[in-house]
Amino acid sequence: MRRAAFSALISHWRKHPIQLVSLVLGLALATALWSGVQAINTEARASYDRAAGILGQDELQRLEPRAGTIPLSDYIAIRRAGWLVSPVMDGAINLNGSRVRLIGIDPLTTPPQSAPVDLSGDGDLQSFILDGLLFAHPDTAAQIPDTLPAVRATETLTPGVIITDLSTAADLLETDSFARLILAPAQPINLLPLSEVAPNLLLVAPDEGNDIARLTDSFHLNLTAFGLLSFGVGLFIVHAAIGLAFEQRRPLFRTLRALGLRKSTLLTLLATELLSLALIAGMLGVALGYLVAAALLPDVAATLRGLYGAQVSGVLTLNPAWWLSGLAIALLGTAVAGAQSLWRTAQLPILAPAQPRAWAIASLKSLKRQAFVGAGLIVFAALLATYGSGLTIGFVLLGCLLVGAALTLPLFLHLALNLASKFSRTALSDWTLADTRQQVPGLSLALMALLLAMAANIGVGTMVSSFRVTFTGWLDQRLAAQLYVTARDETEAEDLARLLDGQVDAILPIRYIDAQIEGAPGQIYGIIDDVTYRENWPLLAATPDVWDRLAAGDGALINEQLSLREDLAPGDPVTLGAAQFPVLGVYSDYGNPRGEAILSLAQLREQDVAINGLNFALRLPETRIEDVTNLLTNAGLPARNIRDQAAIKAFSLDVFERTFTVTGALNVLTLGVAALALLTSLLTLSTMRLPQLAPVWAMGLTRAKLARLELLRAVILAALTAFIALPVGLALAWVLLAIVNVEAFGWRLPMTLFPGDWIGLFLAALIAAALSAAWPARRLATRPAADLIKVFAHER
Amino acid sequence: MNVSPLALLLWLWATALSAQGFAGLGTDAEGFAIPQQGTELTFPNDHGAHPDYRIEWWYLTAVLEGEDGLDYGVQWTLFRSALQPEAGSGWDAPQLWMGHAGITTPDRHFVAERLARGGIGQAGVVANPFEAWIDDWSMTSTAEAGDQLDALTITARGMEAAYTLDLTAAGPLVFQGDRGYSVKSASGQASYYYSQPFYEVSGELTLPGGTVSVTGNAWLDREWSSQPLAEDQTGWDWFSLHFEDGAKLMGFGLRSASEVFTSATYITSDGTPTPYGDGALTLTPLTLTDVAGRQIPTEWRVQLPAHGIDITTKPTNPQSWMDTLFPYWEGPLRFTGSHTGVGYLEMTGYE
Repeated sequence: MRRAAFSALISHWRKHPIQLVSLVLGLALATALWSGVQAINTEARASYDRAAGILGQDELQRLEPRAGTIPLSDYIAIRRAGWLVSPVMDGAINLNGSRVRLIGIDPLTTPPQSAPVDLSGDGDLQSFILDGLLFAHPDTAAQIPDTLPAVRATETLTPGVIITDLSTAADLLETDSFARLILAPAQPINLLPLSEVAPNLLLVAPDEGNDIARLTDSFHLNLTAFGLLSFGVGLFIVHAAIGLAFEQRRPLFRTLRALGLRKSTLLTLLATELLSLALIAGMLGVALGYLVAAALLPDVAATLRGLYGAQVSGVLTLNPAWWLSGLAIALLGTAVAGAQSLWRTAQLPILAPAQPRAWAIASLKSLKRQAFVGAGLIVFAALLATYGSGLTIGFVLLGCLLVGAALTLPLFLHLALNLASKFSRTALSDWTLADTRQQVPGLSLALMALLLAMAANIGVGTMVSSFRVTFTGWLDQRLAAQLYVTARDETEAEDLARLLDGQVDAILPIRYIDAQIEGAPGQIYGIIDDVTYRENWPLLAATPDVWDRLAAGDGALINEQLSLREDLAPGDPVTLGAAQFPVLGVYSDYGNPRGEAILSLAQLREQDVAINGLNFALRLPETRIEDVTNLLTNAGLPARNIRDQAAIKAFSLDVFERTFTVTGALNVLTLGVAALALLTSLLTLSTMRLPQLAPVWAMGLTRAKLARLELLRAVILAALTAFIALPVGLALAWVLLAIVNVEAFGWRLPMTLFPGDWIGLFLAALIAAALSAAWPARRLATRPAADLIKVFAHER
Repeated sequence: MNVSPLALLLWLWATALSAQGFAGLGTDAEGFAIPQQGTELTFPNDHGAHPDYRIEWWYLTAVLEGEDGLDYGVQWTLFRSALQPEAGSGWDAPQLWMGHAGITTPDRHFVAERLARGGIGQAGVVANPFEAWIDDWSMTSTAEAGDQLDALTITARGMEAAYTLDLTAAGPLVFQGDRGYSVKSASGQASYYYSQPFYEVSGELTLPGGTVSVTGNAWLDREWSSQPLAEDQTGWDWFSLHFEDGAKLMGFGLRSASEVFTSATYITSDGTPTPYGDGALTLTPLTLTDVAGRQIPTEWRVQLPAHGIDITTKPTNPQSWMDTLFPYWEGPLRFTGSHTGVGYLEMTGYE
C-alpha cells in the first residue's frame, strides 16, 4: 500500500516536470547563494584567524611603541630586567610590484603560543638563523624571487605573509628595531613593573576577535545580508512550487485516503518526498554555491586586500561544516516552505470535494491586515533610523523596511487596480482589471520577491554610483600631484630631492610614522605648507585659517573615520602618539579603514621617532612628466618606484570596482531568482485559471487575445511593483549610505540620484515579467479548444 | 658537569639524536677549532668565550645548608653553542646561548631556562672584568685582586624561585686532565677543562615559602670543545664531591652500549690535582628511582681505591629533575662510607 501510494504521489512529478524543475532549481539557487556567501565568509574568517594566530597576538599580551618602533637597546634592557619578551620585526617588502608583509621573529625567545612556524625538523633552526630560511603560504612562496633566501611553503600561514628570522628581516627591511615585543604568558618572580622598565611602551592586551576581523565585519555582514535576501527570494519559488504540487494532488490525496491509506502514512510519505527533494536540491545548491564562491572569491580577496589590507587566500577550501550547513539550510527552507501545505493536507476531510480549492484566495480583509503589519514595520524602521545606532541596528532597519514594504505591496496593488477600474470604459477592460485583481493574492509572493530584488537593485546601485561619483572626485582632489616617487633609502631620497630642485613646480615630501591614535593603530603624516594642499585637500570641516594654523604647528587635521569614531570636531583635543593636539580640521579619506592624522612636517619631526621618509609627490606641468620621469630613471631609480597620478587613480578605481563586483553579481542573481519566482507562480496560476478564462473564451474572445491579455496583466503588475520598488530602493540607499556605511567604513557619502538607471531597471523588470508570462501565455494561446470546453463539462 | 654537548645537540638538531646527532658532531668539526694537548691556558682570557669552538659552558653548582638546617642545592649554568666558528656581531652572530638555573630543596626542585642569540647583548661572557650573563641572570666577578674568578656574585630567577649568592674562592683554579686537556673517550675526543672547586658561599634563596639564608660550598667548571664525545656514548654520570677534610673529587662515567669510560681528578685541599684515566674510578648504581617516568639511579657507590675512597651517595631530593629542552637529573647529595661530605650529581641520557 505504502509503495503504491508513494508511486502514485510521485507520478505527479513525472506529469509535471516543469514544476519539479522549478522546485529543485528554486531551492538549489536559494541554497547556492546562501552557501556561496557563507563559503566566502568562512574562508575569509579562517584567513583572519590564521593571520591573528600567526604570532599568538590573539592570546598574548604585547608591548608596542606609542609611535615608531622599539630600538634594540630597549629590548635588551627589558630582557636584562628579567621580563620574558620576544621581539618582532614587521614590515612590507615589494615582490614584483606587490607588497608582502615580512615578519621577523627570534626563534630563541618566541613563546610557544606564538611560534608561527615549525622548526623542529633536521637543521631547521640552523638554516632559519644562518641561511635566512623564509616561510610563506604556497601562493606567496611562488612569488618569491631567487634573489631572496630559500622559502618553505606552509599551508598554515596566510597568503601575503613571510616569516623569517630577525637577522634576515633586519636585512630585508633595513631596520634594527622592532614593531612590538610579545610577552610570554608566565613571567619570573620579583620583577620590576613594566611601567618602570619600559615607561615609553604600551602594554597591549591580546586582540579580541582581532583587528582585521573587526574591520571587515561590516563587509561580511553585508554579504550575509545579501545571501539571506537571495535565500528568502528563493524560498518564494519553493513555496509556490510546493503549494502547487499539493493543490493539484488534492484529488489524489482524497482518493488514497478513501482507499484506506492512513492520514499519518500519507503525511509521512509526503514529508519523505519533500525531504528527498530538499536533499537533492540542497546538494545541487551546495555544489552551485561552491562554484559561486570560487568565482567570486578572487574579487572578494582583492577587495579585502585593497580596502582593509586583509590577506585572504583566493583559493577555496572545502569545509564539512560549511556544506553541512548548506544542506541544513536547504532542509530548513523546504520545511518552512512546505509546512503550510502539509498542515492543510493534515486538515483535509476525507470526504472533501475533489475540486482544488482556488489558490489561496485572500480576502481584502487579510490583505489589509497584512498591510497593517507591513506599515507597522516601516514605522519601526523609521524609529530605528531616528534613534538607533550601530551596524546590527542598521541591518535590522533594512530588514524591517524591506519586509514591511513587501507586506504592503498586495494591498497597494489591489487599491491601484481598484482605482484603475474607475476609469475603465469597456467591459473587457473591466474584466481584465477585475481578473488581475483576482490574481494578486496568487502572485503576491512572486511580486514581493520582485519588489525585494528591485528595491535591492535600486538601493545598492544608488549607493555604488554615489560612492563612485564621490570617490572619483575625491581622488582628483587628493591626488593633486602629477608624479609620486619612492626612494630606496635615505641617501637616495636626499639625492633625488637635490636632483629635482628647480626641475618641478613643487616637491612635497610624504612623511609618516606609525603610531597609536586615540588608542588604536594608525598613521600620522607630516606635510609642508604648500599651495597644493590649500587648494586641493578635501576638507569636510575646518577652523578658520586652517592651513596657516597647521603650518604654524597649532594642531592637527584628522580623517573623517577618526572624527566619527571618536566623535571629534574641530577644536577638540586628539591624542596622537604620546602627545595631544587640537583638531584643526577633518578631511575625507575614503578607502582607509583606520584613523589618520596630519601634522606639519616640523611637528612630526618633534615626535622623536624614526620617520618613514622615502616618498615624494611632485607637482609639475603635464608636459614635463616624461622629462622628469627620464631624469629620475637616468639617475638610477627603478621605473616601478615612479608612479604617475593616472596609474594610481586607475589602481584605486580598480580596487573600488572590485569592491562592488560581488554586490553587483549577487544583485543580478537575486533579480534572476525573482524572475524565476514570477515564472513559477504564473505557470501555477495558468493551469488553475482555465475556469476563469473559459467563459470569456466562450463569449467570443480568441485564445490569442486572451494570451495577450495575460501578458499585459503580468506587465501591469510588474510595472506597479516597480513603481513601489523605487521609493523603497531609495530608502534602502539612504540607509546604506547614511547608516550602514558610516558604521561599517567610517565615512558618510552624499547620495546622488541616477534616474537613468531606474528607467533601465524598470524596463528590465517589465521585460522579466513579460518573459515570465510569455510561456504560460503561449501555452494558453496554443491550448486545444477542447481543454477550454472541458471546463464546462468537467467536475470543476 | 657535562650535559651540554648532548643538550646543545638536541637543541640545535632537535630530532636528530638517532638519525645523525652524535655522528654529525663526532665525525666532522666543520672548521671549528679542536683542543690540542699541551696548550697552555691563560687567564683571564680563557675565562671568556671561545667562539671558534663549537660548545662551551660556565657551570656552577653549590651545595648549601639553610639557616633552617635543611639541605639545599643551586645550579647556575651558561651554555654557548656556535653555529659557525666565528664570533660575529649584531644579528648575524652565529652564536647561541642557553642558561639553566636550578634550586633544589628536600621536597621541591625549581628549574628555569633561558635562550638567547649572541651579538646583540642579550647574553654573553666578558673575560675582564669577568661577567657571564643571559637576560637578568648573571655571574659577575667581585674579585678586587688575584684571579677574576676568585670572587663572584651569581643570580638567577624563575617563575617560582630565585637566588643570589656571593662566592669566595678558598683555593686556586684546578686543571683537569693533562693541564686542562681532558680526554673524553677511549678514541681520543677531548676538551679544555678547568675548575674552581673551592668556593665558600653565602647568600639567599627566594622560595615560595619565603627567603632562606644559606651557606655552603660551590664548584665552577669551565669547559669548551668542538668534538667532546664519541659517537656511541649515550649519557653520563658526573660527580663533584667536597670532602670534609677540604679535598675534592671530580669523577665521571661516560656510558656507551658496551662499556663505561671513567675518569677522575682527586684534588687535595691545597689544590693539587691528581688525574686518573679510564678504569681507576668505579661507579655502581644502587637505588633506582622513578623520575619523570624513567628509572634513574639516584644512589651510587663511588670507589677510587688509589685514595681509599669507597662511599655511598644519597641525594637531597631524588626528584631533582631538570625539565628543560633536553631534560636531565641534577642535584645535591650527601655521602658516607670511607669518607663523608657533600657534592653534586648530574646524570644524562636516561630514557
